[in-house]
Amino acid sequence: ANDRAFNQTWQYAKNAIKTSKYNLFSFLPLNLFEQFSRLANAYFLFLLILELIPQISAVPWFTTAVPLIVVLSISGVKDANDDINRHKQDKQVNNHKVKVLIHGEEEKWMNIQVGDIIKVESNQFADLLLLSSSEPLNLIYVETAELDGETNLKVKQALTVTGEMGDNIDDLSAFRGEVRCEPPNNHLDKFKGTLTVDEQQHGLDNDKILLRGCTVRNTEWCFGLVIFAGLDTKLMQNSGRTTFKRTSIDQLMNLLVLCIFGFLATICAIMTVGHAIWEVNEGSTFTAFLPRQSGVDIPLSSFYTFWSYVIVLNTLVPSSLYVSVEMIRLGNSFFIDWDRKMYYPKKDTPAQARTTTLNEELGQIKYIFSDKTGTLTQNIMTFNKCSINGRNYGRNLTPDDNECPLQNMKRVDFTWNQLADPKFVFHDYSLLESVKEGNPEAQAFFRLLALCHTVMSEEKKEGELNYQAQSPDEGALVTAARNFGFVFRSRTPETITVMEMGRKVTYELLAVLDFNNVRKRMSVIVRDPEGKMTLYCKGADTIIYERLHPSCSKLKDVTSTHLNEYAGDGLRTLALAYKDLEESYMERWLQRHQEATTAIEGREDRLDVLYEDIETHLMLLGATAVEDKLQDGVPHTIEQLAKADIKIWVLTGDKQETAENIGYSCNILREEMKEIFVVTANTADKVKEELQNARRKMCPGSAEKPKVIKARAGLFWLQKTQTVQDEKVNGEYGLIINGHSLAYALQEDLELELLRTACMCKTVICCRVTPLQKAQVVELVKKYKQAITLAIGDGANDVSMIKAAHVGVGISGQEGMQAVLSSDFSFAQFRYLQRLLLAHGRWSYIRMCKFLQYFFYKNFSYTLLHFWYGFFCGFSAQTVYDSWFITLYNMVYTATSVLALGLFDQDVNDRWSFRYPQLYSPGQLNMFFSKRTFVQCLIVTTYTSLVLFFIPWAAMQDSVRGDGKDVADYQSFSMLTQTSLMLVVSAQMFLDTHYWTAINQFFLLGSIAAYLAITFTFYSNGLFFMFTSSFPFIGSARNSLNQPNVWLTMFLTCLLCILPTVAYRFLHMLLRPTITDKVGNQNQKPFYCIDPAPAPYRPPPRRVSTRRSSYAFSHSQGYGDLVTSRKFLRLKRRPSLFGRKDSPLVENQPQRYRTITEETKESQT
Amino acid sequence: MVKEEQEESPNRPDNTAFTQQRLPAWQPILSASIVIPMFVLIGAAFIGVGVALFIASRDIQLQELDYTGDDSAHPCYKCRSSTEKCTCSMTFSIPNLFKGPVFFYYGLTNYFQNQRKYGASKDDNQLYGDLDYFKDPSSSCDPYTLDSRNIPIVPCGALANSMFNDTFSLSHVVNGTQKIVPLNGKGIAWWTDYNVKFRNPSVTPLINAFNGTKKPTNWPKPAYELDTTDVYNNGFINQDFLVWMRRAALPDFRKLYRRITHDDYVNGLPAGNYTLTIEYNYPVYSFNGRKKVVLSNVSWMGGKNDFLGIAYIVVGSMCVVMSIVMLIVYAKFKFAEDD
Repeated sequence: ANDRAFNQTWQYAKNAIKTSKYNLFSFLPLNLFEQFSRLANAYFLFLLILELIPQISAVPWFTTAVPLIVVLSISGVKDANDDINRHKQDKQVNNHKVKVLIHGEEEKWMNIQVGDIIKVESNQFADLLLLSSSEPLNLIYVETAELDGETNLKVKQALTVTGEMGDNIDDLSAFRGEVRCEPPNNHLDKFKGTLTVDEQQHGLDNDKILLRGCTVRNTEWCFGLVIFAGLDTKLMQNSGRTTFKRTSIDQLMNLLVLCIFGFLATICAIMTVGHAIWEVNEGSTFTAFLPRQSGVDIPLSSFYTFWSYVIVLNTLVPSSLYVSVEMIRLGNSFFIDWDRKMYYPKKDTPAQARTTTLNEELGQIKYIFSDKTGTLTQNIMTFNKCSINGRNYGRNLTPDDNECPLQNMKRVDFTWNQLADPKFVFHDYSLLESVKEGNPEAQAFFRLLALCHTVMSEEKKEGELNYQAQSPDEGALVTAARNFGFVFRSRTPETITVMEMGRKVTYELLAVLDFNNVRKRMSVIVRDPEGKMTLYCKGADTIIYERLHPSCSKLKDVTSTHLNEYAGDGLRTLALAYKDLEESYMERWLQRHQEATTAIEGREDRLDVLYEDIETHLMLLGATAVEDKLQDGVPHTIEQLAKADIKIWVLTGDKQETAENIGYSCNILREEMKEIFVVTANTADKVKEELQNARRKMCPGSAEKPKVIKARAGLFWLQKTQTVQDEKVNGEYGLIINGHSLAYALQEDLELELLRTACMCKTVICCRVTPLQKAQVVELVKKYKQAITLAIGDGANDVSMIKAAHVGVGISGQEGMQAVLSSDFSFAQFRYLQRLLLAHGRWSYIRMCKFLQYFFYKNFSYTLLHFWYGFFCGFSAQTVYDSWFITLYNMVYTATSVLALGLFDQDVNDRWSFRYPQLYSPGQLNMFFSKRTFVQCLIVTTYTSLVLFFIPWAAMQDSVRGDGKDVADYQSFSMLTQTSLMLVVSAQMFLDTHYWTAINQFFLLGSIAAYLAITFTFYSNGLFFMFTSSFPFIGSARNSLNQPNVWLTMFLTCLLCILPTVAYRFLHMLLRPTITDKVGNQNQKPFYCIDPAPAPYRPPPRRVSTRRSSYAFSHSQGYGDLVTSRKFLRLKRRPSLFGRKDSPLVENQPQRYRTITEETKESQT
Repeated sequence: MVKEEQEESPNRPDNTAFTQQRLPAWQPILSASIVIPMFVLIGAAFIGVGVALFIASRDIQLQELDYTGDDSAHPCYKCRSSTEKCTCSMTFSIPNLFKGPVFFYYGLTNYFQNQRKYGASKDDNQLYGDLDYFKDPSSSCDPYTLDSRNIPIVPCGALANSMFNDTFSLSHVVNGTQKIVPLNGKGIAWWTDYNVKFRNPSVTPLINAFNGTKKPTNWPKPAYELDTTDVYNNGFINQDFLVWMRRAALPDFRKLYRRITHDDYVNGLPAGNYTLTIEYNYPVYSFNGRKKVVLSNVSWMGGKNDFLGIAYIVVGSMCVVMSIVMLIVYAKFKFAEDD
């Protein structure tokens, strides 16, 4: 190791990353190849080739070439821009400076190689073997949130051999060793290898490895040896391939395009048959004037006709469709990026649409799968209330005992205490007064909080304390004590130093009776400077209550009511108690304790007995209430989303109680729900039984066998779909299911049962679920519900779910970026989801639907005219319009206004869509664009094209100009129909646009103006002089557009096309008003003209039940052993370090990494 | 407030009406107070325009004479299949004064001038008088680009080749003698066609330009002899040629042949008997076409076409009916809702 020349003989993965696709020279060929491998572009290339065949070509080559070139260059520019950005990002990452100890120089990140020793200062590194660190015992603390979603700190420890080197650069540079390890793999929790230094082998395991993606905490520096770099790192090996997501509208659009191709082929076949018949009947007799070309008989000419019509009618699916769709999505994504109402000033994070292809799906969401920690909650615990000696503190009361909204309360001023945490907020002055007055109970209360914990402190500068707590709850409690004058300052294995009201007191720590899941409490035994020994205990109220001294019964009752109140507010509670100990008893106990800890057999049991023995006859001090702070506006958002008929499932790794509690506090579970079913069974049969019972209770009449509707859908109907119908349920129910049961329920034979039951409930909470299960639940709903799902989460454990759902949303601004990186949309606060869905999603969906409808409308109306004309021109593939009009129709004349429609239209503004979340439901039901609406659109366009052709046809029959000259000639007829078409599609645009911004108006009027200007220019003398054969329509605009009968015909055509639509829409609004119309009818005035008063939000009533989530510690055993470990301090003398191998640290390390694959195995067994 | 905004983070999105989607906008809605009056107004306007159009169209006089000659009793029957030069004449009477100016049209039916290949079979450059294209006409003219001896045809193409070549003369029977009605062949083509689109090569005499070319196979005489009397009506700018080259949109069409603007007939054709003499050259029998001569005058809205007027009246009436229906529905549902 650490020898570059030697290491380079092996081919290790380079650390440089490359995400860009092209370089300067490969761009053009590669990009063109890529673009033409898209079906649509390839199709147009094929058309272009067809047009170059003179026998077939019905239109000049430029009618396809110009749009194709424009389309290609637009996407080309976009691709180039994306690639430039990727190049920049790559460069930034690759050129990141890292200290490499070869020559002690800084080196660019991309040049780092396996075997280098680097100093880790930032959080971006490769997979490293930890060599040494600034902390005692060569420990370092890392957070692995980006890897596995766990936010608590983990400890890594270097080998002693390497740790000895410390930060001695010379030693490190000279370090020679050989690492043999397993090849790169994706197991985050396993590592096997050996390090050979000085001919001595040392085993390497996961504890000595720092993985890329970890965040180093509380560690000033550390040195590491690069083991895997670049793509070989476990993080990269673990990141699954991102699947390309398509929206349902996309799929529908593809299907429709395919149908249109079929339709096109049918029409062309009809025209071919028509041509053959015409050739037999008319053409063969017309040869005097139009002789056949030699060798072209009727079948061959019909064959040519088929392809000619393919060319003429190809505008049914114009090349600009996909480009326009992309542009609209991009625009709507920008609107999300730009939205100030989704910008979170505190973290300076704007919302971000990371995928620009899923916008309209946001308007169709039916199921939301949400993570809890960090998503619904802030993952911040705040000390909120407490009950000390039967007195309730922390309520929002004014001095004269009236309830007062929190905002109006003054924060308690803690400036008297120099060690106070300035971020701590408390509103009840009386508590501080009690403490200052010297109320013994209050002081004991906070003394307990300052002593009984496993928090470690760090004081980098005098007075600047930094607590490192294993769980945020503990941190909150210790911080509370700190602010109320009981500052936990520092600890050694034997002592705890506390500043008590400015007085430094050092307690002797005699024992830590650590927390575990069974005990649900923790105690410390300390001796104060006066020699008094006390046991301080905090824990779940039920547990503590069992161990209280009988004299506390009265206080117990009072405290109980307080606890109920806290629980009702959704706070996490702990009961606190103490016990004074006698010297003699303690001596004996400590001795037994000593024996027990050193015992080899039954150590745990013996300790438990000891603990039980001492933790009795406790004196109750009071209770604390810690708030697991919800993010702002979460209950309101959830209420709004529920009103929009979106079902919210919470999938959390947390415990059932916590999840349930949060469910109540954020309004997912409600008191008025008829029943909340809890499924916690441990066998498949039991789970089935519980699920079935729940279902029968909700809906006694439901069929035993679920109805699964099987259908085929998608391209060529290859996709099989299974749909389970929603079942009607009276009343609201909730379902809570835990991880074990979920594992059974997700098995194949039970998944339908789970789905049916779960979908009947208003709310589903899954707790203790693994990342993989999260994804499985999402997949289950996707599979059977054919509904659009959205997953929202913040941590790496949500990644699988985010990737599985149709739309993935990441909460950004947190430390971990993994969820955001794999998400499609990201923003900083859960409450923005409301805006994303109800405003942006709804708009995007409506815009896209309107756009597609209008787009098909305008192209069908335009193209079908050729079909009708075919019957009058001998099916000769004669176009109705001038070829310049064909070239420019989609690219210029109608492109901009339809884009404006797709970008700016709003049927109602955002305030109204928040006021009436029901406005969201049409999207879920696919009401605005479906096969049905497409058929309707088809009927309308058929009518329109008939009118567009036959009115001019009839009006121009034998007609002449006012001066007797020709006006029924082909060129004038083209002029007439194409101008009518422009008027009709503009008028239709006028009807379809609800929100006329200046841009819309400009584009629409501009389109008509451009049409007239371009037409007159192209038909002018000058251009004819220059390009005689390209502009044969010279003069036709001038000669026909000055005729009153031409204009009258155009008006008639236009109104005949538009008025039925107007009448239909008007009557439809009266007879069968849609939700949008209904909302409008509630107001007297046209409702979108006035702004609604913001809907008053009533906070949910306080719960009265005694449901209590009593616990607030982390899930696993605490750090008790670590903090009392003698090895905690960095010891100067080496010998004491030996024997470290059986340090409790290794055994007691909190939660280990778990990979997804392992979870699979677990959940399947 | 202003200060704060200056200190804003660059990440904070701009607060403009555009980015926040708060652009001021006009939001029209289909309210009853707009839709129903609109329908009434449109209906009334349409009926008015329709009546005016209908009257204008009705007042136009029209005399149509079919001279295809497929009926054995028809004077032109003999010419139908003759290959020789053949002349026939038809008589007709005009009961009242045929108000002038009178336009003389010929009409063809079942004739597919709008066939794509037929229409494309011409060379605009050649017709613009570009001599390069005299020698080497565009291949779009096939099969009338070169004759059998590879001599270029000018004007090339099927369109030119099939030029209508019946000629007509009209005489008025006044007191038993035939008085020729003078027909004006000028000003029958579009100004742009005559002055811009079609040009003779600037070679004098015109015949020299056509050296080394052949006349279209169907033509009795070459282009430079179309009107030897008038230099400005000869060659490619011959007005009959121009009218023919402006191909019709539909298979049944009529084209302007002459105008009657001279002498005694300035105010129209007086009542009386007329004889139409036809030099019958153009074969239509083979493809079931028909030929006719139409005399017509025009109004402000062009030639006789009843459709437009009737359509306006029908659509206008439908609008009125629709507005009544909508009013009833509106009244019923709106008031029901109010309760």
